[in-house]
Amino acid sequence: MINKKVLSVTEATAGITDNMTLMLGGFGLCGIPENAIAALVKSEVKGLTCISNNAGVDDFGLGLLLQKHQIKKMVSSYVGENDEFERQMLSGELDVELIPQGTLAERCRAAQAGFPAIYTPAGFGTEVAEGKETREFDGKMYVLEHAFKADFAFVKAWKGDEAGNLIFKGTARNFNPCMCGAAKITVAEVEELVPAGTLNPNEIHIPGIFVQRIFKGERYEKRIEQRTVRQRN
Amino acid sequence: MALDKNGIAKRIAKEVQDGYYVNLGIGIPTLVANYVREDIEVEFQSENGVLGMGPFPFEGEEDADIINAGKQTITTLPGASFFDSAISFSMIRGKHVDLTILGAMEVSENGDIANWKIPGRMVKGMGGAMDLVASAENIIVAMMHTNKAGESKLLKKCSLPLTGVGCVKKVVTNLAVLEITDKGFKLLERAPGVSVEEIKNATEGHLIIEGVIPEMSM
Repeated sequence: MINKKVLSVTEATAGITDNMTLMLGGFGLCGIPENAIAALVKSEVKGLTCISNNAGVDDFGLGLLLQKHQIKKMVSSYVGENDEFERQMLSGELDVELIPQGTLAERCRAAQAGFPAIYTPAGFGTEVAEGKETREFDGKMYVLEHAFKADFAFVKAWKGDEAGNLIFKGTARNFNPCMCGAAKITVAEVEELVPAGTLNPNEIHIPGIFVQRIFKGERYEKRIEQRTVRQRN
Repeated sequence: MALDKNGIAKRIAKEVQDGYYVNLGIGIPTLVANYVREDIEVEFQSENGVLGMGPFPFEGEEDADIINAGKQTITTLPGASFFDSAISFSMIRGKHVDLTILGAMEVSENGDIANWKIPGRMVKGMGGAMDLVASAENIIVAMMHTNKAGESKLLKKCSLPLTGVGCVKKVVTNLAVLEITDKGFKLLERAPGVSVEEIKNATEGHLIIEGVIPEMSM
């Protein structure tokens, strides 16, 4: 067994320097690498390019890095629900690249799978396709989108073992599996870290080969963005 | 009388057929789930990674790890599954989802749709909308016929940045049901008590009126 376990979030985030490109899993605040984000805030690293579906809210998730002006550029599909983000974007402090959600997932997956680029129908005929190569296949038009190139990927899983194998829970899975192995170094944080041999190999979602460092997150707030309930009758 | 948002959702629910996998957008489309006939089997897909979405949880049973694309807490039904974002959009781009219902700011008479950006004012992003409209065979737009200023949202040509080109097949508004044809918006049904004249006045794009236009049966 190749042991990927590191003992602290500090060790897990070692080697991150200014102006790096990071991938961060999560959809809204669901399944975000909370502990890695907290460590990045503390490290005061700056000039970051962050590839993440969303940008958090004002006081949680990537919003915490935005508050401290540590992010230079965001690559996302949807960035509502964040006033500070909007302010920085409109004032020109923050560079923002908005791309279709499926394209975001597939550009991660292409990097993970060794494809330099993929053709997608998403965005053809819109400003997203401006300046990009397009091509017709069977009478339909497609846009060439390139694989991401990132230094670190930060993902959050539910359970993991020392070999780096990961199991996700519910919709907290989202972009996390797509980002594993899509950057030079993948750092996984988990709620439960167990010895190798404890997890059933049939139930692993992401094999440890895609993960370089794994650690147990100290605590998880798991903030809910829209608490919606129905009444019992 | 013109329909309200629930009325639009109720009318669209009639388009949902037995055995359909359906993706519902945020806003009016979400309400459609409340009006689908109970004697048919339908599964709702949410692009953040769940198929077989159920109703909101009972108070105290919310799980932060189980949400829909609107970031609302949800539940799952028997037969549900969770998956990652790449698989989710494989379902969408790969045409495995039978029906997509989404909102719009503008629709043009050739089926273009704009719903993600108002330059200089609202820049939140397209989320999954561009993937959905570029691939789905069956797209229904749910929206009000006019905007808050009273201007038509059914146009000759969209004025806002596009989400997709030539992709919308049907539009259900508070006033009418319209099909997008090679020649423009074909009026299929009127909302109860709404006249053809009212629909004409509220539609900027080319409106095709053939024969007697029936009222929607709700």
